[in-house]
Amino acid sequence: MMNGMPILTLLTVLPIVGAGIALVSGRHARLVAMLTTLAGLAISLVVWTHLPADGSMGFVERAAWAPSLGIEYHLGADGLSAIMLVLSSIVALMSIDASHRVHRQPNLYFALVLLLEAGLFGSFTAQNFFHWFLFWELSLIPAFFLIKLWGGAKRGPAATQFFVYTMAGSVSLLIAFLGVFLATGSMDFEHLTLLASTGELAQMVTAHLGNVMPWLALGVLAGFAVKTPLMPFHTWLPAAYSEAPSPVTMLLTGAMSKMGVYGLLRIAVPLFGHEYSVMRTPLLVLAVITVVMGAWAAAAQKDLKRVFAYSSVNHLGYCLLAIFALAVPATSTAMQNSQAAALNGVILQMFNHGVTAAALFWFIALIQERSGGIRGIDDFGGLRKPAPVFAGLMGIALFSSLGLPGLNGFPGEFLIFRGVFPLAWVAATVSVLGLLITAAVILTVIQKVFAGPVPERWSGENSSGFADLHTGERLALAPVIGLMLLIGILPQLIVDGVNPTVMNLLAHWRF
Amino acid sequence: MLAWTIYLSFAGALLEALLPQRGPGSKPALARWVALLVALAGFALAIAGYAAGMGQGRMVITDAAWVPAMGIHYLLAADGISRVLVLLTGLAAVAGVLFSWNVGHRTNEFFAFFLALIGGVYGVFLSFDFFLLFVFYEIAIVPKYFLIAIWGSTRREYAAMKLALYSFAGSAMVLVVLLAAYAAAGSHTTSLIGLSHAGLPVHLQMWAFPLTFLGFGILAGLWPLHTWAPTGHVAAPTAASMLLAGVVMKLGAYGCLRVAMTLFPHGMDPWGFSFLGIGSWRSVFAVLAVIGILYGALVALVQTDFKFVIGYSSVSHMGFVLLGLMTLNQIGLDGAVLQMFSHGVLAGLLFAIVGRMVYDRTHTRQLAELEQMQLSKRLPFAAWAFVIAGIASMGLPGFSGFVAELQVLIGSWTANPWWTATAGVGIVVGIAYTWRALQKAFFSDAPPAPHLHEHGHELAAITWPEATGFALLGLASLIVGLYPRILLDSIEPAVKALLAGGMR
Amino acid sequence: MNYIDLFRVTLPETALEAAALLVLIVDLAFLRKAAATARTGVAAVLGVAGCAVSLWAVYSAGSASLSFGGDLLLAGGGAAAVAEIGILVLTALTLLLIDSGFTQHPGEFVAVVLMAASGGLIIAAAQDLLVIFAGLELLSIGLYILTAFAKTSAKSAEASIKYYLFGGMSAACLLFGFSYLYGLAGSTNLHEVALAAVTSFGSGSPLFYVALVLVVVGLGFKVAAVPFHLWAPDTYEGAPAPAAAFIASVSKVASFALLIGIAAAIRHPFGVVHGVIRFVMAHSGPMPRWLGFEMPWTIVLALLAAASIKIGNLAALAQTSVRRLLAFSAVAHAGYILLALAWFSQRGAESILYYILTYGLTTIGAFGVVGVVERATGSDTMDSFLGLHKRNPVLAAVLLVLFLSLAGIPPLVGFWAKFNLFAAVLAVGAGVWPFILVCFAAAFSAVSLYYYLQVLKRAYVMPVVDAAPIRVHPVTLIVLLAITAAVVVCGCFPALLQNWIAGFYPTM
Repeated sequence: MMNGMPILTLLTVLPIVGAGIALVSGRHARLVAMLTTLAGLAISLVVWTHLPADGSMGFVERAAWAPSLGIEYHLGADGLSAIMLVLSSIVALMSIDASHRVHRQPNLYFALVLLLEAGLFGSFTAQNFFHWFLFWELSLIPAFFLIKLWGGAKRGPAATQFFVYTMAGSVSLLIAFLGVFLATGSMDFEHLTLLASTGELAQMVTAHLGNVMPWLALGVLAGFAVKTPLMPFHTWLPAAYSEAPSPVTMLLTGAMSKMGVYGLLRIAVPLFGHEYSVMRTPLLVLAVITVVMGAWAAAAQKDLKRVFAYSSVNHLGYCLLAIFALAVPATSTAMQNSQAAALNGVILQMFNHGVTAAALFWFIALIQERSGGIRGIDDFGGLRKPAPVFAGLMGIALFSSLGLPGLNGFPGEFLIFRGVFPLAWVAATVSVLGLLITAAVILTVIQKVFAGPVPERWSGENSSGFADLHTGERLALAPVIGLMLLIGILPQLIVDGVNPTVMNLLAHWRF
Repeated sequence: MLAWTIYLSFAGALLEALLPQRGPGSKPALARWVALLVALAGFALAIAGYAAGMGQGRMVITDAAWVPAMGIHYLLAADGISRVLVLLTGLAAVAGVLFSWNVGHRTNEFFAFFLALIGGVYGVFLSFDFFLLFVFYEIAIVPKYFLIAIWGSTRREYAAMKLALYSFAGSAMVLVVLLAAYAAAGSHTTSLIGLSHAGLPVHLQMWAFPLTFLGFGILAGLWPLHTWAPTGHVAAPTAASMLLAGVVMKLGAYGCLRVAMTLFPHGMDPWGFSFLGIGSWRSVFAVLAVIGILYGALVALVQTDFKFVIGYSSVSHMGFVLLGLMTLNQIGLDGAVLQMFSHGVLAGLLFAIVGRMVYDRTHTRQLAELEQMQLSKRLPFAAWAFVIAGIASMGLPGFSGFVAELQVLIGSWTANPWWTATAGVGIVVGIAYTWRALQKAFFSDAPPAPHLHEHGHELAAITWPEATGFALLGLASLIVGLYPRILLDSIEPAVKALLAGGMR
Repeated sequence: MNYIDLFRVTLPETALEAAALLVLIVDLAFLRKAAATARTGVAAVLGVAGCAVSLWAVYSAGSASLSFGGDLLLAGGGAAAVAEIGILVLTALTLLLIDSGFTQHPGEFVAVVLMAASGGLIIAAAQDLLVIFAGLELLSIGLYILTAFAKTSAKSAEASIKYYLFGGMSAACLLFGFSYLYGLAGSTNLHEVALAAVTSFGSGSPLFYVALVLVVVGLGFKVAAVPFHLWAPDTYEGAPAPAAAFIASVSKVASFALLIGIAAAIRHPFGVVHGVIRFVMAHSGPMPRWLGFEMPWTIVLALLAAASIKIGNLAALAQTSVRRLLAFSAVAHAGYILLALAWFSQRGAESILYYILTYGLTTIGAFGVVGVVERATGSDTMDSFLGLHKRNPVLAAVLLVLFLSLAGIPPLVGFWAKFNLFAAVLAVGAGVWPFILVCFAAAFSAVSLYYYLQVLKRAYVMPVVDAAPIRVHPVTLIVLLAITAAVVVCGCFPALLQNWIAGFYPTM
């Protein structure tokens, strides 16, 4: 703990200031963004390493803001927040690294990236709804413009769809949360979680507003379901992910989609755990559909970006599956252990998916640089011959995504299934289908892109061929691949930090 | 101190009118600077008055017998609500002058009418005598007519006349109520406080309340009497539409609050029967407000004229004010007053961008034509200014609109959850129309028009008054959004006093 | 009564008549060869001097009244004094605004104006049917002549003939009604007649009501209430501008002063001391609420008022001639005032006086502007006001203030007058009907803004067609500015004029 220093405020303000500097620094904006994000990563790591051992909130900052509205300046970070901060910093760094091809208005581009980063930092550290919502929405604006101004051919509709869907979700969330505020007079997550854990929240809401708890629960869920996404609220995602420039897609899938899951864990489940346990079956059905259909849809895609977009739906579907599965009153220690395993798995999966998905989209960016924008799954073949290092590194990332043991994708999914099987075995069993399809999809990609004959396009006399990674790119990618291996081998690096928080969270959740 | 805002504005108007009109003696620059100085002085007084009034209740500024035989007093006073709105007026006046810097046609007359309008608005917000309030209210109507009719654009004469007649019809209703209340209270006072303590009979309140609310509500854009607003806003010159949306619509809402609701609180009592779930005037107006929110937003969604989008958005946003008023609880009323401020600032900003930054340069407001102009590249300042104003206006947290609409939604929930739910849909549509306009006007991918890069089609750079005005309004919204207490600390006690004293 | 008393009380009228003769003599005897402007100037100055002397006489007479055989002939003080002063001031202003263009005989014009004004003074104070009729005819005949004074203009002659025919008809009705009243009441004194109507209540003759209707026809013509307003637009349009201004202001003031006198008699038939004693001797117990003439009087006037407000305002919407517009707006304004006469009270009387004096002032100013514009453009259509703000900004500003005042926009005096009037109507507390009619009037006064703005729109807004400056005679300009200043000052400080009016009434 570092007392006295408003380190979380500092962390949030840093990218905003950086954005301002980037805006006026012209060509050097990328450097500014890089340095700012590195500093952010450093601070995030400090936070991650200095958390309270009991899993409670550290680095707490409180100040009066607008008391009559229940608005307080309240920041804090526990293991969940801190790992998300670290993830955001890493993904942002990767994205900035991958953005070296942005030549049009680079100052604006990097300023927006930094603003998006501020949104992430802010929402992952907020402990008051107002503050959280501020940054939740703030992140949306830069994301919109990053898609809109630097995206692909159909960027306009994609950006709008993304924006309107997410905003509609936000309004639903806002109105539902207003109900909570109306009944309790508080917007403080900590306070509300305590109220919910004793059942008082439900009583107060019922007393003030009548029998609306399920509606509030659904309203809040809708906001997160769009963001994560949960089928059928996902339709904005493929367009947005594929039309956005790849570095931006990295941010969207690597970090922003985590805001949804984070929100579920920080707001929705603590407040409405009981309601979700009541409607657990339909929710599980949706989660399973997300898992399976996400994978299936990925199998049907011809565009690499869309393949990975749907595969992201599938991967985050596991998180949703686990969260809904653990929403059940624990009647035994075994069940508690399963819940803990599932929740640990969720957090681990968030981190891992963030890193892996970001890496995969980075590789797509590299492919597009070489292919002149072509990224159809059938346009390539036999790339391992001309570009063995590329194929090798991307292969690692792909296998991580597939969930190969020894790579970072595995421990998260393992823990999730370890937890979900005892809690909801039917759902878990059906979801395994998703695992299988994903494996098939990834293997197909590997086969079509890396194996087989090299098409005319890349081997013909007039083509420059498919260049392998050059040194700079190798150096940039190496730490990421290293991280995948590291987490794959030593998942406890994260689990040990997260577990106390998981226990602490579960202790306050009432189903 | 605050009273001088009124006198100063009128004196400024007179001075402008007396400046040499035309010929070699006329100096438009002088007229501009005089107007700016007067507006700045008013703003400074408003700030000083606001700061001095912090933590105080209602303060009487001037109280002189005006027509002793009839008990009419020249009574100026200010409570927290008045002070906030006076502050808004000062801000809007300064911004309005800044965004009118390029008015070259009959410059001094323009600023004379402008300052006269401002003076009337200050007067309404500071009057605590019904008669005096009405006088200032009417004073504000006439300059509006001329500002639009002389310096306006599309169908300006029609729009100006429509606006004037709607306003005057509304004020005729108010006049009738004023006369009736005065007679019913024994013909010896027109002071708002005196009348509210006169124990006006309930049956009188029952019809006087809706009539007053309707009369003032016309100016506040109450659906279905809002139709003057979009045409008026569109036709008006930039500064006038800024003032129209920024402060004049607030006059209506303020009248609803200060007169209709405090003088005739029993008018909001239940009728004793209900029809379609509507059982009192209160629910009638709340439903109209909600319809206004939704209708304004939906209509804004399909407009082809950029300024019409903003015009209808004003109807929608003012719906929140009226809905907040009809919640009749602390938080809803707080929200309504805050929304008055917020919408005043943001609508001003939006109109400034559309009217001054875009229209004055492109000479078109058709979204279809703007789409081909690639304005995000050619006018990046305007584009990003609109992004900021737009996200503030659609109610994103961090800007004033969010806090205000939040409170209104909370307040209306306790009154009737359906109002909140419908208003929530309105917010979503609001996001959609703002975003649609933003994309079409600035960030469109449509192929550029062929003549775009020819010589003579360069757009003038953004000038310093525009940038200053933008900074002023944008910062105001941001500060209030991030630190709403700066206004709420003044609004809350005033609303509390209102609720505690008479008004339910 | 003796002739000394008579002379003392009628000194104001006498002064005016003397001035009229003086003007004629000077003009005919000394100035036959002089230029038209000089003749006009001298005549106007002498006329104004006559008004000043008359004014002094009114003040010095105080509240002296004239009786004959115990019956009041001419009232002093109160409404009569206020109206007389108003008539004199307005007459003086009219004279100052006379331009020399329309006639070769300015002296005669001024003399007729003064004589008509003396007729106005008489009816303002008249308390006897015969005096009323004599005064009215003195005024009316003067007005017929004034209307026809532009001898080269066919319109002027036509207007005069119309005015004369309508006027003659209505005078006949009035006289017929008066003769019935005399026959029924046995007296020509207003209070006696009203008292007779009260005392014969229940057993009285329906002829009282017939007589009342006939009287209302005659007086309705004078104030141009609907349906007796048809002369007004033509007369306003055809008469020379000063004559029209005189008709619109002085004649209105005098007529409404007369109506106040009649209404006061009807509302308070026992208002005169000996009347009370007689009534109390004849009856005991409280007065029933609707006695004598009061109910039919209220109904008839309310109907006239409503019709005037509606027709006046609606017809004004369709006009393209500013003079006709002013004529119809005058009909509407008469309608507002009739409301206060229908539900009459002491306060109502004060508010009517306030209204009619300020209305007269504003209208004279408006006709002054119209006259100037007409001389410059040769027409009084709305389009002749195009670009006035450029051609003469001061004149445009005067027009702006005066028309907005007529529309009832605060802080100008027209608003206060209207407010005061409506407040007085409601203060009578006679139930729901006055309130409904006030609502009606307020709604139509919102409509009236439209046509006033039509003129102002041309003056300020619409594209300038002819930018040639319009020159205004300095005297005219000063008078117009003075009127404008009065309209603004009285509007901002309504208590000034109101207290002045109230000061003429005995404290109650």
